[in-house]
Amino acid sequence: MSVNEQIEQIVKGNDVVLFMKGTPMFPQCGFSARATAILQQCGSKFHHVNVLADGEIREGVKAYSNWPTIPQLYVRGEFVGGSDIMMEMFQSGELQKKLAGG
Amino acid sequence: MFHASEIKRLIEAGLPGAVALINDDAGDGEHFSGDVMAPGFATLSLVQQHQAVYRALGRHMGTDIHALQLKTYTPDQWAKSPHAKNGA
Repeated sequence: MSVNEQIEQIVKGNDVVLFMKGTPMFPQCGFSARATAILQQCGSKFHHVNVLADGEIREGVKAYSNWPTIPQLYVRGEFVGGSDIMMEMFQSGELQKKLAGG
Repeated sequence: MFHASEIKRLIEAGLPGAVALINDDAGDGEHFSGDVMAPGFATLSLVQQHQAVYRALGRHMGTDIHALQLKTYTPDQWAKSPHAKNGA
């Protein structure tokens, strides 16, 4: 299975997916830590993928979403954004709506 | 090492009519933040606005530039923002 298919399976197989550096317990980058905190603040369950554990996924997900950095959030198969956009949407309440199915 | 002025030049060259204010917050030539206004943003979603800025930066983004914390503005939002008052 190609990296793209792997990513597609993860993204389509889980409602909320965060590709991040490290894990929610031990984030390895400030932006990944902030993205995790935002999702936890929303009370949202999410599947996380530690891109540091898989170099192919780390590069593959950037091509998949045409987004050059990590973290990356997907909700119901749709790329939502990185930590800046998550923060902006969280502050406007848009993220909570999207996570709740809006 | 990358310079804020180079990021500003690339963004303003890549996005017609754009204004980019870029800061090298950490002073390390890798972590930057910036406010970018472009007329074209008015028809784009937030993600698309950021992607347009990243496209203007090409292969530098995610390599030379480790992180670029972005705040994007349509011309209307820019006019209502603090940037408009101090003529930036």
